[in-house]
Amino acid sequence: MSFELETAKEPEKLKRVVIEPVSRVEGHGKVTILLDDENRVHQVRLHIVEFRGFEKFIQGRPYWEAPVMVQRLCGICPVSHHLAAAKAIDQLVGAKHLTPTAEKLRRLMHYGQVLQSHALHFFHLASPDLLFGFDSDVAKRNIVGVAAAYPEIAKQGVFLRKFGQEVIRMTAGKRVHGTGAIPGGMNKNLSREERDALLKDIYPVVAASREAVALIKKVYTGNLAFHSTFGYFKSNTLGLVGPDGALDLYHGGLRAKDASGETVFDHVDYSRYSDYINEEVKNWSYMKFPFILSLGSEEGWYKVGPLARVVNCDSISTPLAEVERREFVAYGGGFPIHSPLAYHWARMIEMLHCAESIKDILHDDDVLGDDLVVQGERALEGVGVIEAPRGTLFHHYRIDENDLITMANLIVSTTSNNNAMNEAVRQVAKQYLDGHQVSEGLLNHIEVAIRAFDPCLSCATHALGKMPLMLELLDCEGRLLDRVYKAADGSVASLMS
Amino acid sequence: MAEAKKVRIATCSLAGCFGCHMSFLDIDEKLFDLLAWVEFDRTPLTDIKHCGPCDVGLIEGGVCNAENVHVLKEFRKNCKVLVAVGACAVTGGIPAMRNSVELRACFDEVYHYGVGLKNGMIPNDPELPLPFDKVHPIYEVVKVDYCLPGCPPPASAIWQFLTDLLAGREPKLAYESLHYD
Repeated sequence: MSFELETAKEPEKLKRVVIEPVSRVEGHGKVTILLDDENRVHQVRLHIVEFRGFEKFIQGRPYWEAPVMVQRLCGICPVSHHLAAAKAIDQLVGAKHLTPTAEKLRRLMHYGQVLQSHALHFFHLASPDLLFGFDSDVAKRNIVGVAAAYPEIAKQGVFLRKFGQEVIRMTAGKRVHGTGAIPGGMNKNLSREERDALLKDIYPVVAASREAVALIKKVYTGNLAFHSTFGYFKSNTLGLVGPDGALDLYHGGLRAKDASGETVFDHVDYSRYSDYINEEVKNWSYMKFPFILSLGSEEGWYKVGPLARVVNCDSISTPLAEVERREFVAYGGGFPIHSPLAYHWARMIEMLHCAESIKDILHDDDVLGDDLVVQGERALEGVGVIEAPRGTLFHHYRIDENDLITMANLIVSTTSNNNAMNEAVRQVAKQYLDGHQVSEGLLNHIEVAIRAFDPCLSCATHALGKMPLMLELLDCEGRLLDRVYKAADGSVASLMS
Repeated sequence: MAEAKKVRIATCSLAGCFGCHMSFLDIDEKLFDLLAWVEFDRTPLTDIKHCGPCDVGLIEGGVCNAENVHVLKEFRKNCKVLVAVGACAVTGGIPAMRNSVELRACFDEVYHYGVGLKNGMIPNDPELPLPFDKVHPIYEVVKVDYCLPGCPPPASAIWQFLTDLLAGREPKLAYESLHYD
């Protein structure tokens, strides 16, 4: 668990190669690589430059706004933020146990969300690399190219994503940024017509999900030696599991294992997350670096998301996905699988699990019920944790006696994968770039490693040059809108107040 | 027979959440119809890193840092028609809620006062973009030809807008497609 290649000794003597923006991921990240004259790699960094400040500007807002406001962090997995916030806010209103109808509707919404997000990532974003090759023609290396060469695969991706989005629309009112979850429950049930509409498609969705697992399995095992060693590194893993140790994407206790699969902690009440997980700030990224407190920041970083979850859990509750999980885990030969590209395989197993879970919930008449909301004894603090498509997501709020938010802490899924992604790109740089002439195809290898984690980056990035720095923002007619000054100590001030 | 020249479209997300891009993909299988008469330049779906000459540019998100301005100006320079898609591009949206707070206070909250922080430090590497004190709608920086409201605009609005525009009609949204939530 070294931090080799994180920081070069004499960066000023090296040449800089930049990948900007990292494409076919959500948002803009950038990778900088420092090379010497022989193209030896000395430093590789994935910079996450998102800075929004939600934790600050949400202060003073009433708590019930949080689920609809904070979901605007992410348009791909808004439901995850919506539900993590809602779970925290359930605690504020004393809703210890939701009604069966509300819980099942929320689970339905969540499984729809994970299904559509996994389909989007695999088919629309990652499949071109896997189907055409990492250094294939850049003009065709996208979903349009897939639609031309493999129309059935592209259609399957659109079909699966559409179904997941429809599940969300029927439980949350609209496909992106809906309003289904409210403090203590849900604001609507499923009508019979809605349920029947979803039931009509669910069997083809389960079948398409099985085909997706078969496809990635064929691709991955078709070149097993390459795929299993690409960007390989070992790390701890973290995820939620149910009381029986089974995969649970909506609710459970925190489980962490070390790189060899030994338990670090298990069934931890997530409201005590800060006793187990801390975060470190590094100068070169706006995204923090979380770590398991008992192991320390050097040894305690971990990965989350589909691969971590599938190797972390003891079983999957739905039969088809469980068969696939066993076959997948067997490839580790008794050891946890750590290969970054195995994320794709694990992701499709989870998608199948979601499809099966949706089928089961749709057959449960509780989703038609109208007992939707519970309340109990009020509290001033709440923590909500959920397994978002990309991994464990933490929302933590405190409020005052006027119901206004006084503190918010969010650890988003991709943050937990921060060091893991950096480690993956450093390994790829060592394996494929070191000593070679840099080419577009080689640089795409770096991006392939990042894409395996399906990161949720955001905002744009840019090198600043030497600091301190003054910058002016002019409108299209040259009028000054904003003037900012960034001092050498990192403090930033507007000069136009 | 030679194919008719396709309409070239570029898209990007600045200080947005990608929800507008998701709503664009929510046209579902109509995507394949669209591909018969459009091609993509820079978008998050392709590996083209810089916007080249295009017929239409769709911008999601407002402007929150220096890099956003560079990207936005590159789009304006290269796109015949530039469209502000969604609340953030049109008004600044939710990210602009930080405009009522000093930027320094936002940084402090996240990097100095956060729960379970090992060390307090505001990231300040030259590779990080310079954040602006305020988040701005894109019309304050470049000329915008059309605005599509909504958070996000529904897929029906995006589809109606594009098909009108590409057919040479003045885009007009049906009442049910024009909303702001």
